[in-house]
Amino acid sequence: MQFIPNSPHKKAMLQDLTLHDINDLFSDIPKDLQIDNLNLPPGQNQQDVEEQMRLLAKKNTSFCEMPSFLGGGYQPHYIPAAVKSVISRSEFYTAYTPYQPETSQGFLQAIFEYQSMMAELTGMDISNASLYDGATALGEAALMSMRVTKKKTFVIPKNISWEKKSILQNYTKGAGITIKEIAYDKKTGTIDLAELKSTLDANTAGCYIENPNFFGVFENQVDEIQSLLQNNHSLFVVGVDPISLGICKSPGHYGADIVIGEGKNLGNPLDFGGSTLGIFTCKNEFLRQIPGRIIGMTKDQQGKRAFCMTMQTREQHIRREKATSNICTNEGLCMLATASYLSWLGGKGLQELSEKNFERAQHLEKQITKIPGYTKVFSGVHFNEFVIHLPHATKVHQHLLHHGMQGGLLLESWYPDLKDCMLFGVTELHSEENMTRLVSLLKEVT
Amino acid sequence: MYHSAVWEEPLLSELQDTTNEKYHTKVVLPKSLARNTPLNLPILDETIVMRHFMRLSQMNYGIESGIYPLGSCTMKYNPKICEEISRWEPFALLHPYQDETTIQGTLQILYELERMLCEITGMDQFTLQPAAGAQGEFTGLLITRAYHEHRKDFNRDEVILPDTAHGTNPASAAMAGYKVIEIPSTKEGTVDLEMLKKALSEKTACFMLTNPNTLGIFETDIREIARLVHEAGALLYYDGANMNAIMGKARPGDMGFDIVHINLHKTFSTPHGGGGPGAGPVGVKQKLERFLPVPRIVKKQHLYRFDYDYPDSIGKIKAAYGNTSVIIKAYIYVLLMGGNGLKETSEVAVLNANYMRKKLVDSTLYQLPYRELRKHEFVISCEQLLATKGIRALDVAKRLLDYGLHPPTVYFPLIVKEALMIEPTESESKKTLDGYIATLLKIAQEEPDLVKEAPHNTVVRRIDEIGAVKNPILTWKQADKL
Repeated sequence: MQFIPNSPHKKAMLQDLTLHDINDLFSDIPKDLQIDNLNLPPGQNQQDVEEQMRLLAKKNTSFCEMPSFLGGGYQPHYIPAAVKSVISRSEFYTAYTPYQPETSQGFLQAIFEYQSMMAELTGMDISNASLYDGATALGEAALMSMRVTKKKTFVIPKNISWEKKSILQNYTKGAGITIKEIAYDKKTGTIDLAELKSTLDANTAGCYIENPNFFGVFENQVDEIQSLLQNNHSLFVVGVDPISLGICKSPGHYGADIVIGEGKNLGNPLDFGGSTLGIFTCKNEFLRQIPGRIIGMTKDQQGKRAFCMTMQTREQHIRREKATSNICTNEGLCMLATASYLSWLGGKGLQELSEKNFERAQHLEKQITKIPGYTKVFSGVHFNEFVIHLPHATKVHQHLLHHGMQGGLLLESWYPDLKDCMLFGVTELHSEENMTRLVSLLKEVT
Repeated sequence: MYHSAVWEEPLLSELQDTTNEKYHTKVVLPKSLARNTPLNLPILDETIVMRHFMRLSQMNYGIESGIYPLGSCTMKYNPKICEEISRWEPFALLHPYQDETTIQGTLQILYELERMLCEITGMDQFTLQPAAGAQGEFTGLLITRAYHEHRKDFNRDEVILPDTAHGTNPASAAMAGYKVIEIPSTKEGTVDLEMLKKALSEKTACFMLTNPNTLGIFETDIREIARLVHEAGALLYYDGANMNAIMGKARPGDMGFDIVHINLHKTFSTPHGGGGPGAGPVGVKQKLERFLPVPRIVKKQHLYRFDYDYPDSIGKIKAAYGNTSVIIKAYIYVLLMGGNGLKETSEVAVLNANYMRKKLVDSTLYQLPYRELRKHEFVISCEQLLATKGIRALDVAKRLLDYGLHPPTVYFPLIVKEALMIEPTESESKKTLDGYIATLLKIAQEEPDLVKEAPHNTVVRRIDEIGAVKNPILTWKQADKL
């Protein structure tokens, strides 16, 4: 059998063990629990499997074949070949978590650089080595807020995704945290400051806002929110789309205590929403409460610069039930993609990318809202996503699909108030031609 | 003799020339949010970037560098074909919210992999959503809670586990809000039925067990364990980190487990990626299906669809539908191996482990606490080396690095002193195993100082980890301040 080099040597090795039959190695399993085989097709050669996978691939229509204006937290961005090349180095992608630092210096240094770039990007002091995704990072942020403040209520606005809310509930119910939701202003799409004010009390551990939020709108009342939270001794947790930080202030610069986000957009493919990257950065004072792995710079016994996993007494393999989180395997390779992507792009490159995303979305929004019956739902300034009220959302969706185009996200199933509304996402990958085509197809449904 | 690549590779921040560029943009944002300082990320040419990461890669050990026998980690070869296909555009450039008619290929893969995993583990239903083993455990415990609450049984706030359990087990239980009760193992290194009986009560939510356990020993009393746990009204949870030992030989579902998680990045050969992305699918018996995360993937009139209509579901645990690229690689791996290949995988993984175990123990240089026959991994002790020569398990591990070999897991499980936990997997040839054994024997007979000062041939020597904790330097900025 392929990938089993000792397949031909079994007999000789069994003899060394003074055994006759491979089943003798399984004699400790009670007879009535032993099975003879698995009811699965026999193994196939690589060529046949590749053929089979080609047939399955044909049943998918990717972004390349069908322009798509979906966003909702997952967006297509250009990935340079250099990044793909870095993560294809088998020394990186086939390695385990760097438990043996002397033979993992390469990955450890790369993580250290990732941490450095995340701290810079978000304007915070420190970063961990990644969490599963932006949504679970919110769960971890709520738990950390509780550990830091010893309070048990966490406040979130209604303008975040349903997915995040559900994951947050799951992450916090064991700790007995109460989640309180505050409304958003139906006109601007930003959070309702008065409601935040009346919701905060002595039990509030922290409050989360997203910048830009799920509707693509920038939360511009950050200074007011920050001062409300600070006066209430509650932590200010901010979620970001890192691409927006080329033009938008880093949350650390407006007083965030913890910054989280989905890092997938930085150098990782859509992957059907998988292989995500949870960004988690915070102020230095919370170092001992942070979840997940952290890499530190130190020296070897001869004084040479070296890197290793550090502050491990927070972690499950040492602390067990007292750990700050149960996370073990995180998102190493996605983190490496992000580190190499940001070094390829540079600060200036990220700014340009950010501008391009902003401008394209402004442009498309203006084109769409020129069509009679198509109106912008929220007046707040948006980044690369925006919500449009349409004549008939499902009809539009089907019409576009019929013409080989995937429109924006239909919001009604997640936000019943937003009937006939579509969330459009635009990035540097959306050509002028495809945007024009979208607009002309939309014109056909009024 | 072996020597690893040594590059005095600067940090990215040290590679760039400093610039004093001011920030300027034509984009107009609300004043409170408009950026006014440049992002201090290095500006480098691609040539420099590639050279940097290539050099870093050369200072990193992967499965293609050599044997990687980390116990409980199942570091097996990762077939190239899985890697390549998972990156094809029709799989990689798919948006999670696309119309269902345009994602039938991927949905079919998810649907079929769930069923393959059911067959392999003997469970009835699977979710592929959890991102890693620990998240699988957490999901399983949320399902446990939902199950008891659904039965109006609100007093079960304890999770029992043996002292050999992986660290993630108690951490996940605590995160799910449970009190952790740890029971000591018997002199045989297995679950102590008397202790289990004593610990079980109307407060027990579930008992978490790895089988074979982390010593590599199969829990022969598993039927009785399942009976006791169920009699107490609790659920039995299977940590599938060691699934590579029993594929095609026995199934947790048949043993009486109610919930199972498996690690696709271990048993199913998707790479570890230096610590993820992984995938920790969770399988359950039929009575627990209603609690699985949504969406479920169903097949209706030849069309694969998402189904959110599970009112008792715990909801979501991970963004989208799990780490799909990992899931696709595991699917390809199952196609390549088939039922017969998976069975041979476990047979040879166990053969390789026992072959090594016998040769090492016969040498009398290392000791094997507990019973002889092991499954895919075994734990030997360096206690005698420590007593006679002052050499610790950590020293042996570091000395292995000098020979270009990756060490085993050390100091785990906690019940074995000076533990070396070795899992060779089915990927290694007899020659490689013989070489590794010979090196371990050689090290045991080397000058103690040579071993205690190891490694000598790696990019850095032994690292000051205590200094890293006392004076944490976690970013370029903090390093600059030195």
